[in-house]
Amino acid sequence: MNLAIRDIRRHKTRFLLTCVGLGLLLTVVMAMSGIYRGLIGDATKVVETTPAQIWVVQKDTRGPFAESSRLPEDIEYSIAAVQGVRRASPLSFQYVQIQHAGKPIRLFLIGYKLGGIGGPRAVVAGRGITKKHYEIVVDGKSGYAVGDTIRLGLEDYTVVGLTQGMPSPSGDPAAFVSLADAQIIQFQLDNDAIRNNRQRVVATYAQLANMNPLMRDKATTKALSAAENPHFANAIVAELDNPSAATEVANYVRRWNHYQVFSADQERELLLKGFIEKSQKQLWLFRTILVIVSGVIIALIIYTLTMDKLREIATLKIIGAADRTIVNMILQQSLLLGVIGFAVGYALISRTYNMYPRTVLLQPLDMLALFVIVVLICVLASILGIWRALRVDPGTALTGG
Amino acid sequence: MEVVRVEHLTKIYGHGDAQTVGLVDANLSVHSGELVALLGPSGSGKTTLLTSICCINEPTHGRVELDGVPVFDEGWTGVDVRALRRQKMGVIFQSYNLIPFLTVLENVELILSLNHRPPQEAQDRAMELLEYLEIAHRWHHYPSEISGGEQQRVAIARALANHPRVLLADEPTAALDTERGKIVMRLLRNLSRETGAAVIVVTHDDRMLDGFDRVYRIADGRIQ
Repeated sequence: MNLAIRDIRRHKTRFLLTCVGLGLLLTVVMAMSGIYRGLIGDATKVVETTPAQIWVVQKDTRGPFAESSRLPEDIEYSIAAVQGVRRASPLSFQYVQIQHAGKPIRLFLIGYKLGGIGGPRAVVAGRGITKKHYEIVVDGKSGYAVGDTIRLGLEDYTVVGLTQGMPSPSGDPAAFVSLADAQIIQFQLDNDAIRNNRQRVVATYAQLANMNPLMRDKATTKALSAAENPHFANAIVAELDNPSAATEVANYVRRWNHYQVFSADQERELLLKGFIEKSQKQLWLFRTILVIVSGVIIALIIYTLTMDKLREIATLKIIGAADRTIVNMILQQSLLLGVIGFAVGYALISRTYNMYPRTVLLQPLDMLALFVIVVLICVLASILGIWRALRVDPGTALTGG
Repeated sequence: MEVVRVEHLTKIYGHGDAQTVGLVDANLSVHSGELVALLGPSGSGKTTLLTSICCINEPTHGRVELDGVPVFDEGWTGVDVRALRRQKMGVIFQSYNLIPFLTVLENVELILSLNHRPPQEAQDRAMELLEYLEIAHRWHHYPSEISGGEQQRVAIARALANHPRVLLADEPTAALDTERGKIVMRLLRNLSRETGAAVIVVTHDDRMLDGFDRVYRIADGRIQ
């Protein structure tokens, strides 16, 4: 006769409510675990979805994500000419904050050369960008739909396609535009700024009284052109003939010109170590504390359930129940509490994970590990109750003490 | 056949100045099919004697023998007393002590389940006892859903389920009115005859002593 099941059957409302309470707590633990994985997934998503083995960035920087990096767009041709490089392509990255449906949202704008590396990989609605200007593909999480227009800088851009699950390293939805548009949005000055800038450059060169006027005019024109040049990128990415030769090609490019070069793995490492390390640690700590809190709560529940049954336990001892019977009753209740609590938590998180503002990645191995931890906690938590039950004097069933 | 034999049993509680004598040099013998009463006022030592026979209270001195097996002889003899209680004893409690989360039927089945009897056999035996005690119609109720008299009959059924050699009843009528108390006592008397169990009833109420084979009177820890 299974006493644990029969006790639960008699007090099913109380037991189920306890399971739901524990389940809610475990939902938070699972959410923390999912956010932890999501943080890692988001941080590395751009690097992982870009089919490039090396990332060329500005010298002495750890760009383009951990630090800002700026380098001329046309370096792509030099990189593409390096032996072992199949193709190279410039990319630009920037955050923009805009208003949508009355709410501010941040978009991670990725500018890529049409037909080059780094465009949207999977468009789930609409189409990819086909025109060089005024088209944008955004992630569905942004709330935009195909056909919407987005004002960026001085221009309106039409949403022609939607991606799914394409976040920035910090979890904001990504958006793709052509590199030309990205450069305009990032580097082109507005009319007042251009006017002020020209006046400042002309005034500066006008002070060079000793200079030949023709030379001065030429220098002024060049300076103005340089100041207004938007043809920059934040990184040049390259796809190699032999992906395993990334280190050799990177070393070559680093030696040969004044650029910093990272392999895709190094870029991923930079993101994980520099970009999200503290958040990772904090989430891990928070998750650990929640697991401990769950353990304490299970222990208290089991202890209380046992204390409620001391008289019955004394009676069981008097009528000859072995200690094993009593231990099984407490242990089975503890395990059932944990298993049902886990099931409630899993059911809740698997139905709500996409409602979280941050990406929540539920990985089967994490869930399995948490299940094992919950089972272990239940076993440990029941020790206190078992210890109390085994100390019950059977005589109290007779004396009522 | 002698089923319970108690010789020179003494129980002293506490140490030093705080010592209290629970039982002094008690001798008792109960045979199969015999109905015996331990009569005495509250605090006289009758529950101490009962718990010593039940092997849940370690005597200070003396010897206890159950169904021919010495369980205490100036110390526990190493017999598995839990198994002994499970297999050879039935206990009826003053406040019934039914397991509240088990139904009437399950409370009776429990002792058979603890003795590893097959479920169907346990259920048949439990129903048979409930019918004998005229409580079978309440088989699916929980203890809190039946009256005190009915609970006591369920407790008796549970105590009888394993065909005990010794039936110990601790104030079985204390929570019942006189009429119901007499019915329970009559039932115990019949059981001792029909089952051949040695029945020891602890009571402080001498109005309930009709039909007992022997009455041991206890006062201040001494059997008189």
